[in-house]
Amino acid sequence: MSALGIVGGVVQPVLIVAGSPLLVGVMRQVRARLEGRAGPGVGQPWRDLRKLFGKERISPRGTSEVFRVAPLVLVATTLVVAVVTPFVTTDSAVDPVADLFAVVALLALGAVTLALAGLDTGTAFGGMGSSREMTILALVEPTLLVSIFALSVRVGSTNLGAIVSATLHDPARVISPVSLLAAVALIIVIVAETGRLPVDNPSTHLELTMVHEAMVLEYAGPDLALVELASAMRMSVFLGLLANLFLPWGIASTATPIALLVGVLALIIKVGLLGVLLAAGEVFLAKLRLFRVPELLAGSFLLSLLAVAASFFLA
Amino acid sequence: MVNETLFVQLLDLACGGLLLTAVLVLWRRELVVIIHVFAVQGAALAALVGVLAVHEDSIELGAVAAGVLVLRAGVLPYLLRRALASAGEARRETRPLVNVAASLLTAAVLTLLAYAVSRPLVELAPSGLMSPATQAIPIGLTVVLIGFFVLVTRRRALSQLVGFLLMDNGITAVGFLTTSGVGLIVELGVSLDVLLAVLVLQILTARMRETFGDTDLDELRELRD
Repeated sequence: MSALGIVGGVVQPVLIVAGSPLLVGVMRQVRARLEGRAGPGVGQPWRDLRKLFGKERISPRGTSEVFRVAPLVLVATTLVVAVVTPFVTTDSAVDPVADLFAVVALLALGAVTLALAGLDTGTAFGGMGSSREMTILALVEPTLLVSIFALSVRVGSTNLGAIVSATLHDPARVISPVSLLAAVALIIVIVAETGRLPVDNPSTHLELTMVHEAMVLEYAGPDLALVELASAMRMSVFLGLLANLFLPWGIASTATPIALLVGVLALIIKVGLLGVLLAAGEVFLAKLRLFRVPELLAGSFLLSLLAVAASFFLA
Repeated sequence: MVNETLFVQLLDLACGGLLLTAVLVLWRRELVVIIHVFAVQGAALAALVGVLAVHEDSIELGAVAAGVLVLRAGVLPYLLRRALASAGEARRETRPLVNVAASLLTAAVLTLLAYAVSRPLVELAPSGLMSPATQAIPIGLTVVLIGFFVLVTRRRALSQLVGFLLMDNGITAVGFLTTSGVGLIVELGVSLDVLLAVLVLQILTARMRETFGDTDLDELRELRD
């Protein structure tokens, strides 16, 4: 555990928690402007969260501990990922956890807990949302693992920090078929995992189409605030992972204040740009029929598999 | 000889382009998009030959690259688009024999098969000489297999035609990757052959539509007078 790792372990979670609602605000604002609306402003998600945290806790009759614990587990797993993954610094505070498999497992754990909470309410919408979420998750996780694995083959390590610093030292790797195929697969998977168009519409409450919203329909007050915060954090974590795996420039590899400042700014700019691109892209997309989603995800799985295959063919 | 690592990188990129476009042909349903993707694949193939030409310092190979570009990214897509424009409303591959998700997973298996089958070929290469090109043979073979898969599982005459051309692109890619050029005359003959095949099939498609009003080949099972 180095000084750089500890500093990163403190700065990263603070940045992710503070910045992710702002990222959601920016994305909503971009969408609103492109659709010709004024938009609620960038700070609206934070105002919503403050309002929700101020309310009393209510849980529906007949729900068990699973329902009450799920938001905490979701936030906690995402926080651990935010601490260990190389976002601002290449070193990690808890190096063994900054592993590809550990990080993906932590993210999956949060999603599965939330799906269990959706089932726990015993309502039709909760169950429907959970079953859809699990269908998507079952197709997303293998792709996520395989596409990052394609990058780790060349490095010879599944440690995310090692992958990022290897790309940093050898920029030519970014423009190779392996990277490009893996990047496309990862983008599709991230869109599916964070519940954006065309897989899920984050702004709808239409019964037949919602996936994520259906699962968390029974939450209110501080619990809802935690779920919303965790969803925003997961999006920042995924976008940060995408940015740093393929474009790691600016990330701090020494523990000097200037390097750290550059690292923080680079992360904000990269994740912000990706978020704006994602939001702008969504304006041009319609939601995919639910039965077409497996097709999209099978395609992204194929691309990630081709990335792994290419890392052996063209080695 | 130019910078060796740059050569390897450009070659790999062209091969990645070939692979990606082959997968996209399998993935998309709209025939217009499929034809666009096919044109991009032709350009990727021409880039592959061009990179080899620069690496070998061969003017003959450069001429072949230009020919490949004109034929496969220009003339063939143009002919296909004309055939599509006269086809009327049948612009989508609506019911392939194997659904798209399953055919994408089949493509994954075909990739692994191509890799396994071409191992002896890759090992044949004299060590050191031309090795980056020889190592990319599995990709050419994958394109051949995916093209064959498109050929046997699609119903529209036009998408079967694209499958045939995909196979031909794959075969050409394997040819260039193994031998770095089979000679201008042979390549010219093969290209003319492909062009003629497309022209004949285009006329055949047009006649089919005039007779039956559709290009769904499954309708051709019964004999009519």
